[in-house]
Parts: sequence; structure tokens; C-alpha cells
Amino acid sequence: MTPHRRRAARLLATSAVVALAVTACSQGSASNDDPTDAEGSGDGQTTLTYMNFSSNGGNEENLALVVDAFEADNPGITVEVETFPYDDYFTVLQTAVAGGTEADVFELNYENFVTYALNGSLAPLEGVDEAAYKPSLLEAFQLDGTQYGLPESFSNVVLFYNADLFEAAGVEPPTADWTWADERAAAEALTDTATGTWGDYQPISFHEFYKVLAQNGGEFLSEDRTEATFASPEGIEAAEWLVEKSGTVMPTTADGAGTPDFDTNLFTSGQLAMWHTGIWMFGPLADVDFAWDIAVEPGNTENASAMFSNTAVVSARSANTDAAQAWAEYLTSSEAMVQMRLDTGWELPPVADESLLAPYLEQTPPTNRQAVFDSLDAIVLPPAIESQTEMQDIVTEELTEAAAGRKSVEEALTSAQERVTALL
Amino acid sequence: MSTAPAPVASRPRSDPRAASPKRTNTRRRGWRTLGWALLFLLPSAIPLTAFTLVPMISSAWVSLHDWNLISPMEWVGLENYRELLADPRTWDVFANTATYILGYLPLVYIGGLGLALALNRAMAGIAFLRGAYFLPVVTSWVVVALVWQWLLSPSNGLVNTVLGAIGLPEPGWWTDPTWAMPSIILASVWKDLGFVMVILLAGLQALPQEVLEAARVDGAGAWRRFWHITLPLLSPSTFFVVVISLINGFQVFDQVNVMTDGGPAGATQVVVGQIYDLTFRYGRAGDASALSWLLFALVLVITAIQIRGQRRWVTYA
Repeated sequence: MTPHRRRAARLLATSAVVALAVTACSQGSASNDDPTDAEGSGDGQTTLTYMNFSSNGGNEENLALVVDAFEADNPGITVEVETFPYDDYFTVLQTAVAGGTEADVFELNYENFVTYALNGSLAPLEGVDEAAYKPSLLEAFQLDGTQYGLPESFSNVVLFYNADLFEAAGVEPPTADWTWADERAAAEALTDTATGTWGDYQPISFHEFYKVLAQNGGEFLSEDRTEATFASPEGIEAAEWLVEKSGTVMPTTADGAGTPDFDTNLFTSGQLAMWHTGIWMFGPLADVDFAWDIAVEPGNTENASAMFSNTAVVSARSANTDAAQAWAEYLTSSEAMVQMRLDTGWELPPVADESLLAPYLEQTPPTNRQAVFDSLDAIVLPPAIESQTEMQDIVTEELTEAAAGRKSVEEALTSAQERVTALL
Repeated sequence: MSTAPAPVASRPRSDPRAASPKRTNTRRRGWRTLGWALLFLLPSAIPLTAFTLVPMISSAWVSLHDWNLISPMEWVGLENYRELLADPRTWDVFANTATYILGYLPLVYIGGLGLALALNRAMAGIAFLRGAYFLPVVTSWVVVALVWQWLLSPSNGLVNTVLGAIGLPEPGWWTDPTWAMPSIILASVWKDLGFVMVILLAGLQALPQEVLEAARVDGAGAWRRFWHITLPLLSPSTFFVVVISLINGFQVFDQVNVMTDGGPAGATQVVVGQIYDLTFRYGRAGDASALSWLLFALVLVITAIQIRGQRRWVTYA
């Protein structure tokens, strides 16, 4: 190699390395586009990001209505919405928080709120108009007296039923006085394997189990929260209530139960008489070609309904905490939000003034909307612990084992109880 | 490459017999060669460091802590390793992974070898056939797993519809713990057959024809030629396929994640699936990192044993 050539080769190698370094840098700096660093650019424009799961699956446009109203009322602030399916949301959020790239405002559910509030990821919210919110919901998102989240909405689970199927079979439709025994009798009467019609559908999962446990007077955790106590006689009876439905009045996993939209398709095709699901289904069910209504979920020894509330929180690392809080407040208490939720039936606004909810009751279907509020008289909140997802997975997995007949209900619950206690 | 002539050209000049009076010069030239080598290595060394070495070292560090990704890390020393080794679920996921490998490896090798032998001939449309069998290899695992999940659907899948029509029992496939792992193995073998086929086909085409010819002249039948000539001469390709498939087998994840998500009842939970769940579902990145290192150690030991053992059965013609 001549010196000349050698210099040329060195130049080539060096420039290759430099080129690589440059591209590496430019890829790296993509993360600097992260919204939390995006202070208002020169023209005084502030861009906020909002990450959520609750609008996923049909309510994206309804959320956009509130975003548009906010931007119209607050010139200079733009809100960019990022929507993820619930199943992926907490993985995405956890990774974003670990990497410091979380949105300015994001959504949490009640079960996960405490974890994020405790580890300092959330900005305290000061000067909130507390009188606008339903007090019990506002308190759910406080930690040691500090407000870390604002309730976005609330929803609950009721018993949906296909009124046409009940009428055709000559069975009395559900009422608020029903107990498990009434539901079981109706489910058996309405199940017709010849036509592929099922009497009942209730997921066999953690989120149903803690509720039926309460409906049977059982406790999930001991009072000092050091051990799980759900493998009690009440718990076993409650689990049997869920598990025995599978394969008798309810389709099994092998039939497809538990796969996405399986239950929705079964109900909307008119092949399901009773369905335990949330009031967020009102919108999607508006156009079905049969009559349907709702009732308060039957209990056994007492009534207990599940209530869910999501919260909007502001990231502690947001560069625009004031604008972020303004959006969080608008999203949770503005007239535009109340109007949107009442018009679309997408969950209920968390407002203190219940007279605002009057138009909600006037809409049909379902005729018996009052059942949504009656259910709130006896609510049970999910047990919340630090290892939330792991606990939920354990309970669902063991109940599924019992439903498949691979374990007795008692064995499954005892094993679940031991495994959950080990997490505490 | 254009770099190749340089060392060849400089070799006579650095001949030690000629260079004794200029030893310092030689040493300097040695350093210079090293510098050059490093410079040319940089383009691959930088990404390797950034995306493999640094993450490996950090995962070793994380494995000594309790960390849920969003709170500060808490030092626990070797506690995570101790807990993992005492946890029966750790042994379950290693046992499930071993079950997968024991089912997958023989099937994919025998199937791939059969295909390679069948397609190692000149005939019309051979290129199309080879391409068709290779297509699943370059198809996304998510797509393949979704198709197999549908094919094997217990209630309305194609496989059970056919089995039912000819009066055979219809297994619960991925909803039944007994059949879930066989379902995963079936999909994996189908997808990877083409890869094994291509490697073995290349091996077959490089076989010295004169040896086979000589065997034929000596009167060896097709079976004896295959068993005593082809297979031993193919052993370097076989060795490569086995080493790669085994390492891939230990890292099985995509198909499990899509088809069963480790279920039913943990029957298909494999090591990498457990690492993913521990980190991203349960916020136990410390335990997950420790489990990654246990997996690394196991793969290292098994690969080392294979490389030592190859002398006994791999023939380099």
C-alpha cells in the first residue's frame, strides 16, 4: 500500500465511523422529541400529550370531542392523544415511565393509582375546584391528603338481559330483588343447546371473583392485609357459583369463551340471555335488533356491584405542569365533557351535581337506566396491593383450572390463597 | 475485500529473520496493525457494545437489585438468584422449555432432512418448491402463530373439523394443558423446516460425488449409502443446525406469547416468557434479569459441551 493509498483508506474508515456515529446520534436524539421536553416553541404554542386506554375500542371520537373543545377554549395549547388497548397499556406506561418518556397527562385505574402515586411519578394537583367532583371519587385518588389524580369517569357492572329471549321462553325478567338462585333457575331455563343459546355469561376471572365473594359476605384480605382470606366457605361457594356456570349455562373456554369479543358477539347475535358486563356497552348495543334491558346484579347474602373509576394524572416530570393540570381538570369536570358523556353514554361523568345526570336517565335503551345508580348503593372496590397484576393473574389462573375441571374449587382457591398471601 | 491484500503484501517485510536489527520498528508496525484492525472493527463493535454488551452488563447489575422499573433500585445482592432457585415455578419453566426442545429438535431435523433429500434433485419447478418451503422462515412469527391458533382452534378450527369429519377425537389443542405444548411444537416445526432444509440442502450439494459413486460401484444400496456415506459426510451441517436450533429452542417466545400466552395454567410458560412476564407484567425486573443470567449460563454450558463433543461425531471431509 502506498502512503497515498493508505491515507485514502484511513480517510474512508474514519468517515465510515463518523457517519455511523452521526446516524447513531440522530437516532438517539429521536427520544429528545419526547413530549415532556417540548416546551412551548417560539410562537407560544404548548403541546401536551395525553395517554389513555379508556377511549380504545370505539370511543376515540368521543374523546376527540373533548380535546377539540379544550383547544378551542385554550388557544395556545394543543393536546396530542395516544391511545393503547387496555391489555398493553400498563406495559407501555411502565416502560415509558422507566425511560422518562411518559405523556404529560396519563390515565390510571384505581388499582394502579397507588403504585404510581407512591413512587413519586405523579405531580401533586393544587387549587383544584373540589366542589365540582363527587366527593367519594375525588377521595379515591388522594394519598395522605394530597390530590394526585382527578376522577375522569365512573362505570359499573350490571346484569344485561335479552328481553325477547325471556319473553319467548315465558321466563320472568330479572329484577332488583333477584338472588343467585333466581339467576341460576332462569339461566337453566333459557339455555338451549339445540339452538346454541346460552343462559348466562360471566367471565371466570379475578374481577368477577372479588365481587361475587362480596355478594356472598366473604373478605378477600384479612383486616391487617397480611394474608389472603378468600378460600373461606363463603369464598368457595362464590367460586362455585362462577365455575359451575361453565359448560352448563355458559360456553366453556374450548367453545371460545375468553377470546376477544366472544361474549359481545354472542349477545349481539341474540344467542345469550343474560350477560354480566359494564355500562360502557350501552353505546355498542344501541343498534341490536332485539329488546334488551338491565338490572342490578343479583347477590347471594348481600348485594355488591363492581364500580370502576379511571383517573387523569399529571406526570411529575412534565415541563408544562400548569397546562397539563388545566387539561386534566377540563377532561374531568368541564361542561363539554359532561355533555359528551351524556350524549354518547360513554361511562358517567364524575360530577357532584347529580341533577346534571338527569338527561342520562331519560335515554333508552336500556329502559331501566335507574339500575346504574341503584347499583351504586352497594359497591365493592377491587382489593389493591403492590403486586396487583400478579395477584390478578394468580386468581384468574386458579379459577380457570377449576372451571376446566383440572382442580376442585377448594384446591384451586386454597392454592390461590397461599400464592396471594406470599405476595403480601 | 480490498483490505485483504494489505497483510499479504506486508508479511515478507515483517519476516523475523530479516527484521532483527529493526525490532522496535517491527513492534511499532505491530501496534499500527492492531490500530488498523480496531478502526475497521469499529462499525460492528459500536452497535455490539451499545446493544449487546452494555445491556448485558446492566442486566447483571439489575439482577442484584429489586426494581419495578418505576421506583429506585434496591440492592439485594444474590437474593434474587436464591429466591429463583428455591421457586418451583422456575423449575417448571425450565422443564417446559426442555419439553419444547425435546419435541421440536428431532422433528425439525428429521423433517428438514427429509425435505432436503427430496428436493436435492433436478426437476421442473424445483426452485419454486424450495422457495415455498422456505417462505414460512421469513414470515413474521405473529402471522404464523395467529394462523396456527386459528387452524388448531378447538371449537371451529380446520384441523378439528377434519378430524371430526373422519371420526377421530378432537383434542383441545391450545386450551388443553396436555396438547398445548404439542400445538406450539407443531407450529414451530412447520415454520423452521425450511431453514433446516436450506442448510442441509447446501450440505448435500457439497458432498463429494466420487465417494458416493465409489460406494455405488461397490454395490452399496440406497439405504446404506445414506446411512454410511451421506449422513456422516453431512455431519458438519447437522452440527450447525443442532447448535443453532438448540439455542433458538432455549429462546422460544414469540409463538408461545401469541398462541397461548404461557397458558393454560402455565403449561406452556417458557423461560423467556417468564422473563417477559416478570419484567413487564409483574414489575420484577431484578428477578427477570437473574433468570436471564441463569438461562445464559445454561445455554453457554450446553453449547460448550456440544462443541467439545463434536469431535466424536462430526466428520470434516
